[in-house]
Amino acid sequence: MTVDTAPMLTTLNASREDLEKMALSCRRNIVDMVYRAKAGHPGGSLSVIDILVALYGTQLRVSPDAGSHPDRDRLILSKGHASPAMYAVLESRGFLTETDLESYRVFGGTCQGHVDMDWTNGVDFSAGSLGMGLSFGIGCAIAARMDESDRATWVILGDGECQEGEVWEAAMAAQHHNLTKLHVIVDRNRIQNDDHIDRQMRLGDLAAKWESFGWSVLEIDGHDMGELTDALHWCKEIDRPTAIIAHTVKGKGVSFMEDDPSFHGKAPNDEEYILAMEELS
Amino acid sequence: MSSVGASRDGYGRALLRLAVDPDVVVIEADLGKSTKSCHFRSQHPERTISVGIAEQNMMLVGAGLAASGKKPFLSTFAIFTERAFEQVRNGITRPNLAVHICGSHGGIHTGTDGSSAQAIEDLAIYRTLPNMTVLHPCDDNSCEHLTLQLRTFGQSSYTRTVRNVTRRIYNEEDASNLKIGEFSTLRNGQDVGIIACGVMVEAALDAAELLQSEGIDATVVDAHTIKPLDNATLDEISHRCGCIVTAEDHNIIGGLGGAVAEALSANNPVPLERVGVLDRFGQSGETHDLMQEYGLTSNHIATAVRRAIARKEGNID
Repeated sequence: MTVDTAPMLTTLNASREDLEKMALSCRRNIVDMVYRAKAGHPGGSLSVIDILVALYGTQLRVSPDAGSHPDRDRLILSKGHASPAMYAVLESRGFLTETDLESYRVFGGTCQGHVDMDWTNGVDFSAGSLGMGLSFGIGCAIAARMDESDRATWVILGDGECQEGEVWEAAMAAQHHNLTKLHVIVDRNRIQNDDHIDRQMRLGDLAAKWESFGWSVLEIDGHDMGELTDALHWCKEIDRPTAIIAHTVKGKGVSFMEDDPSFHGKAPNDEEYILAMEELS
Repeated sequence: MSSVGASRDGYGRALLRLAVDPDVVVIEADLGKSTKSCHFRSQHPERTISVGIAEQNMMLVGAGLAASGKKPFLSTFAIFTERAFEQVRNGITRPNLAVHICGSHGGIHTGTDGSSAQAIEDLAIYRTLPNMTVLHPCDDNSCEHLTLQLRTFGQSSYTRTVRNVTRRIYNEEDASNLKIGEFSTLRNGQDVGIIACGVMVEAALDAAELLQSEGIDATVVDAHTIKPLDNATLDEISHRCGCIVTAEDHNIIGGLGGAVAEALSANNPVPLERVGVLDRFGQSGETHDLMQEYGLTSNHIATAVRRAIARKEGNID
């Protein structure tokens, strides 16, 4: 079922069962892409995919035929290394073809190593360098207000990314400018490139940090489609910038990748690939 | 009309004139009074965005606005834009978003604030970025008219302005004929081509006067656009004059002199002498004393010209 909200732009209203099916299919595509490229970031893609599926399945007003429509909702994947997750969800929403997915990290390919707005239909922000996406989102949200458009701006941050100072420059600015249609989702998977976050640079009480910067915060299970869709809906009801801390598991869905820092940026070998695809069948 | 002006004042006036376009947005990082975007703020507060003292955030806020159809003009001290260089690189020029960055207080000329505020490397670093245009106007009128052109320019730009007044080189009408990417020839001579930018254009004209009394006939060019470099005009001057002197209030490495050296070595390797800061940081002091100490006066240019001509004529060791 679809609800028309603007010319050519549509918001899906997928059921929980459909969302879970979509997420499983995306997980298979993520592992496929990384295995085929023999490089990439499976861990953070598998942790963030349920968030992306919930957004594209129930919230985002977009259209593959109007990738640059001015009133489309914006989705900024600031943790741009989780590009396989982005490409998988864009494929499921009709922005990309299966053939496009095969171009991940390939010379001249549509699917660049990190998400890139100049290469891929449906990508709103060229990421790859951490800490910049929320600032970009502020620019988008201010422009929306100037245009008197009701489009929303969603920004997905990694939790390790919250170690970047620019994130907090932006967090401060969002409340100063009362950007009520700006929503952050933190993929709280507790692992960064080198190791567990608690060993690299503790983040402390992340929810309290966002609250102290003037945001309304909700903490949820980032793999529970019910909690996710409720939280996304909640964001739109609040008259402040909103942040969802989505507690996730890095590598979620592939047992040997789960909570293992080594799969932050490593492709599965042949045996691991077969095992992973069996688990995701 | 006064005979002096500071390029930052031209920037401020240009923003006011750009306001007729409702898509023009100004972003400030607590230095609007210094960069002169404050005039736009006072008349158009609804289109002026303060990000506080947060330059990294400022660059990407600009990028988000540009990607949403707005025309952002952001400014702070030149030196503080450098703090966010990677944001400029990855967030603005890589996706080629038409964000217009203005860095004020460029060069040793800045004066008593001292070395922490005297950007001497900005032209060099921004010149290395694909999709980036780099401007350094020499007076308020030229800065005003070049800034006006940015509204429809459609790609990323960096403009360096200066804090203190210099002699006004252009009247309104002459300034309105300037074009981004085209050198402006202020004086035509046969013996040497002096290519200068910013505050050194005034010094170059003075040097040309000085040299005239010695029988040396100099061409003087205002290189308000450092990138893209006007190779056609440079080529014509280098063939006609047979030697070149560059002059900039910037480190001797990588700025205008570096750009001209790259172009000459590829096209017509005539003798080149570069006047600039000799790879050291500045200090506090009055502008006049600093320009003397750091080798940035008309006399320094004249000395460089004599050396260039001697090399051209083979009269040097």
